[in-house]
Amino acid sequence: MPGKLKAKIVAGRHLPVMDRASDLTDAFVEVKFGNTTFKTDVFPKSLNPQWNSEWFKFEVDDEDLQDEPLQITVLDHDTYSANDAIGKVYIDIDPLLCTEAASVISGWFPIYDTIHGIRGEINVLVKVELFNDLNRFRQSSCGVKFFCTTSIPRGYRAAMVHGFVEELVVNEDPEYQWIDRIRTPRASNEARQRLISLMSGELQRKIGLKVLEMGGNAVVGYLQCFDLEGESGLVVRAIGTACTLEKHSSGSLVNTHTHPNTAPASNACNSPSKDGKESPLAHGCRSTHNSPVHSACSSQRLSQNFSVSVPTLIFTGMGSGGSAGKEAGPLKTLLRQQTQTALEQREFPFFTLTSFPPGFLVHVGGVVSARSVKLLDRIHNPDEPETRDAWWEEIRQEIKSHAKALGCHAVVGYSENTSICEEVCILSASGTATILNPRYMREGCLDIGSTDHRFDDPSPPSCGFCHIPYDELNMPFPAQLTYCYNCRRQKVPDVLFTTIDLPAEAAVTGKGCLIQARLCRLKKKAQGEVNATAISNLLPFMEYELHTQLMNKLKLRSMNALFGLHIQISVGENMLLGLASATGVYLTALPAPGGIQIAGKTSGDLNNEQHIQSIQKRINDTIAKNKELYQINPPELTEEGVGSPIPEPRQRSRLFRSHSESSDEVSELDLSHGKKDAFVLEIDDTDAVEDIHSLLIDASPPTGFYTCNTETMPGIYNWTTAVQMFTSVRVLRLSNANLSNQSLNKIFTDLCENLLKSFYFKLRSNIPCCLCHLNFTVAVPEEELIQVSVTAVAMTFDKDQTQERFITKGGNETEEQLQFPLELCADSSSTNTQTSSKFSGVPENTIVSSRAASVDYGSFADRCSTWLELLRLKAHTIRRGSVKTSRRTQSLAHSVSSLENCSPLTEGRPRSLRSSRSFGGSSVTMVKMTPLSFLPGTRIIKYLGIINMFFIRETTSLREEGGVSGFLHSFIAEVFAMVRAHVAALGGNAVVSYSMKDCVLMENPNKNQAQCLINVSGDAVICVRETDQEPMTSMTNIGQSCTADGAT
Amino acid sequence: MAVELDVFVGNTTIMDEEVYQLWLDGYTVNDAVKVRMAGGVLDECEANQDVLLSDTMDQYRTFQMCERLLQSPAKLANQLLFQIPPHRQTMLIERYYAFDDSFVREVLGKKLSKGTKKDLDDIGAKTGVTLKSCRRQFDNFKRVFKVVEELKGPLVENIRQHFLLSDKLARDYAAIVFFANNRFETGKKKLQYLTFQDFAFCAGQLINNWTVGAVDNMVEDMDVDLDKEFLQELKELKVLITDKDLLDQHKSLVCTALRGKTKAFTEMEANFKNLSRGLVNIATKLTNTKDVRDFFIDLVEKFIEPCRSDRWTSADVKLYLTHYTNSAHILDSFKHQAVWDRYMGVIKSCIFKMYHD
Repeated sequence: MPGKLKAKIVAGRHLPVMDRASDLTDAFVEVKFGNTTFKTDVFPKSLNPQWNSEWFKFEVDDEDLQDEPLQITVLDHDTYSANDAIGKVYIDIDPLLCTEAASVISGWFPIYDTIHGIRGEINVLVKVELFNDLNRFRQSSCGVKFFCTTSIPRGYRAAMVHGFVEELVVNEDPEYQWIDRIRTPRASNEARQRLISLMSGELQRKIGLKVLEMGGNAVVGYLQCFDLEGESGLVVRAIGTACTLEKHSSGSLVNTHTHPNTAPASNACNSPSKDGKESPLAHGCRSTHNSPVHSACSSQRLSQNFSVSVPTLIFTGMGSGGSAGKEAGPLKTLLRQQTQTALEQREFPFFTLTSFPPGFLVHVGGVVSARSVKLLDRIHNPDEPETRDAWWEEIRQEIKSHAKALGCHAVVGYSENTSICEEVCILSASGTATILNPRYMREGCLDIGSTDHRFDDPSPPSCGFCHIPYDELNMPFPAQLTYCYNCRRQKVPDVLFTTIDLPAEAAVTGKGCLIQARLCRLKKKAQGEVNATAISNLLPFMEYELHTQLMNKLKLRSMNALFGLHIQISVGENMLLGLASATGVYLTALPAPGGIQIAGKTSGDLNNEQHIQSIQKRINDTIAKNKELYQINPPELTEEGVGSPIPEPRQRSRLFRSHSESSDEVSELDLSHGKKDAFVLEIDDTDAVEDIHSLLIDASPPTGFYTCNTETMPGIYNWTTAVQMFTSVRVLRLSNANLSNQSLNKIFTDLCENLLKSFYFKLRSNIPCCLCHLNFTVAVPEEELIQVSVTAVAMTFDKDQTQERFITKGGNETEEQLQFPLELCADSSSTNTQTSSKFSGVPENTIVSSRAASVDYGSFADRCSTWLELLRLKAHTIRRGSVKTSRRTQSLAHSVSSLENCSPLTEGRPRSLRSSRSFGGSSVTMVKMTPLSFLPGTRIIKYLGIINMFFIRETTSLREEGGVSGFLHSFIAEVFAMVRAHVAALGGNAVVSYSMKDCVLMENPNKNQAQCLINVSGDAVICVRETDQEPMTSMTNIGQSCTADGAT
Repeated sequence: MAVELDVFVGNTTIMDEEVYQLWLDGYTVNDAVKVRMAGGVLDECEANQDVLLSDTMDQYRTFQMCERLLQSPAKLANQLLFQIPPHRQTMLIERYYAFDDSFVREVLGKKLSKGTKKDLDDIGAKTGVTLKSCRRQFDNFKRVFKVVEELKGPLVENIRQHFLLSDKLARDYAAIVFFANNRFETGKKKLQYLTFQDFAFCAGQLINNWTVGAVDNMVEDMDVDLDKEFLQELKELKVLITDKDLLDQHKSLVCTALRGKTKAFTEMEANFKNLSRGLVNIATKLTNTKDVRDFFIDLVEKFIEPCRSDRWTSADVKLYLTHYTNSAHILDSFKHQAVWDRYMGVIKSCIFKMYHD
């Protein structure tokens, strides 16, 4: 009996009137955990009952504690008939199982009914007493911390990153059980909610077990998804990155960055060499960290089973290449002879993280993706997870081999998702192929000797990750390589696509912006294999077109890299929707993108010629405008004696104008000549004209707005504390059944553009602001319906400082600008070696790893402080090296000072934002929510646990609730309210890394009915203002939120 | 192609004050969009009509969902559905309970019943306030009336605490409740020149001086009902006009004091008995509910109109009433000084307020 769960029901308020005669309610509460139920007394005739119950005690296994939610049902007592349910509250008690997280759950929870929505609130107290259990074969994994955040959580340091963990559980969907025909919609919804809650709990426990097996204590970048397969079942699956996290107290934080060389010494056990050997779990874990279902024999058996007739297509994504809009092609080329690092021995060297401590990423290869079309009705044994496991295994293998082909041994920013329509399911996975610094892996630490030599030429952190990981003589895809514009030593590609966040240390010119490619493809309605084959055949074309669009739009904005790339392909009965979103930036290390050249099919036709010229002019104007808008004025590089001649970026080659061959040949030719400037778009038919028009149709955000789908925008540092998270959903009904691909594309593009326009308008009071983490999801809920859901956060920044920066930047200091980056990298690489013993985390110095062992090179010391140290050092170098004040110096100096502000040491900073005014006696804690991993201007002092909630809402009075919009509007508001209430009950005041994973809406206006399923997740945290040590009390919190959120 | 669904929900509820006002004023979504377009909001953010429509719809839905909470404002502060910073909550409530003076002027003193509610479309047509807005305002009056009806303690304070209103607005509501409870006649043609604020001021005077609450502050309805004992005592003032000597004495005292101080002296002297009879008769009749209802009519007919026809200035009225009140104290045989003061204090300030064009 390893645990005791205690719950107390205190009071209720705002209960609905259940007795029409008296306009009152006789409420009582049932508290259920597992199979045990307790009841409170009936509190008669009140809408604000005070039960003040005894402590209800449940003695349970910790396995159950992890799986089961505490279920609280509020009922209205009725003497003569059955008691009426008012609503329920499910409380996930997982956060209480972690010693470092919350210790008590206490607060007001909305009472939720799947038919009526929120009906009053209930005040509940929950505690858990865990007994020590030394059972070695335990089934529970209490104590493993989960984070949705896709970076190392703030306040922690990763002593070890163990790698990929995944799990999948399957169950029959209650909605499809025979009993559903006779039970009420409410009973069915509740059965479903409860089942999913149970399954998530089980999934989390199983993942936790794997983490313990690997020797870790936490899962970072935990990503859980539901697949509503319909008849064949309900799948809950999750992936994540297992880590060993260590919390640093604020004291050690101070230590680390005031005396960087002493702090690690006190943590000797973290030094790579020791840790691997001494950890009791180290043995065995290397061989057993994989789930048994992945063992060879089972997958073979399975493949026999399902290979019977399922048409499968695995589509290969492109890497960073294809600069001519050319498909990357099969990536079978190279397998450069590499040292077998331990990383490569892992079954899946995948990481769900999207941002990393400095030095973790060595080189980035490009995006790898794989898709596969499956038929759900062919699953042999639908109630067992094996088939799905095998499907994912297959995809992951594919991803792994793509990464290999790019000369990379790891995949970061890895994610998986599905799209289901009837019996067809598209499984997708994508990530960024990279070479990681093996010092962060256990195994890598063990064989330092063999891994060292590949990193023996240090590259500056601001450009190192851009350098190609593959062999330039044997490239996996056609790409043009140039010497790095930053350090001039290594080759870089002309464009770089990634799924990760922009590394903090990356050198970027100007600002970035959201770039989207949107595509609709009609397909015939079909069944089974025919349908699956049709979809399989369409997928490569879609990926190709999406990629081309992205590339064109990137060039149109004069940028050369994409971060946070996410390509979603959604399947409907008669169409496929593709949406690719990413944040474009200009990486200083990469060459300037050339313009876009329009080529006519038939030369000599005067009209045509003029037409082409006018389009060409529009394109050129747009590029020029965008350069100004995004402040992209890269340093003019002087020709220095480095490597091969770098083509003059400004010169436009008109070489191909008169050519009348097919564009493909032209492109090939183009590629082989390395003329990156001549990116040719050929107008040979109306389609192409349409394409170009659609290219130009994307409106840039209005003044005062920036957009990105990554965590932050390069070039903006001075965020205020004002954040406004929002969710928006739009569904379009296509009335005309005979639409062409072209008009569909237009409709879809307009839908996305209009959504963005709406956001700008709604959030205009937050100007100047950046819409960060714009996450678009598309779906085809029914034939002729297109649904787009967006969750993002508007973050306001301080305008003055930006302008100041802008002005300094705008000055014609080109000479200084161009010199600076060169100086910086030369200097910093030399200082790196000089000062290597002074601070940890410098990526390039693997050579000195013998010394490193003593000063904790193997761990990411406090990322913040390390980075700070690094920046200080650079800033110092700059000052010493030259007296010039270039833009970059200032930006670095600025970052340093902004970091200093974060540090708890700085005192006497004016608490200008604190508002001492308290408005009225509000008892509700303000809870901020953001899809980002941080809240600007605040410091997270405690992670309280993961929030993972699933709700169903149904109505049979759709018109009365204001139609589908009214229905969904109140449902989303209710979901927010329930998330906030749970966070507040845990003692938190914010949710970070919030995301809405699913929003499945089904409507039947004729029957006046609708149903919606929403799944949200995030990390509950306590955060304090940068300068404060203690959590904000609810009063000051409110005051602060007023200044922050009130700006609407 | 049609937008089937379109929602935008912020973690902190986004509310535009301008749209809120349009909603409160009862504009339909389409009309609100037109008003906003005319207001030039489109230029702000490169928006178009669709964007504006979508935004207006979102906000209207939010307001509709909030309305239930606004009807019991205390709930707004501790509900969980909408995260609204407290200062915004205050704004929402204050605006929700705000009313149009032209509208309230029409229903002031009327019974807040279904019958009156049926007349709202006429009132709406007359005042130019939309029916929707009329209903909201009327329901607000009724709701406040119902809640404070059953409460002990000072009226204004009760309203302020229950509905979280500002002091000014709470006072206005107290006036409305007071008028509705006593059914004061305000609709007669002769009273049309008076504004709501005139009446609200008078109501404040009556509440503070003539109700039970003025003497005892822990009784139910203390601020809503006039002090019956006091009304009874007012009958005693009759001597001032029935006793010939007293009346003459009073007149000579007042005239002595006024002589040479005003141009209207002759008219004052000539009208003294008439005016005094008027004011004292009002006092003595207040035990009849019917006469209470006609209180303001009587003031106008018996005092204000005669003075106005003689072209008294406001200063004249003030001077006259001051001396009229004070002189009574010097009358030896007049024993009802306290009642007289309590009565005349209110009458004086009401007449000052009401004496205008």
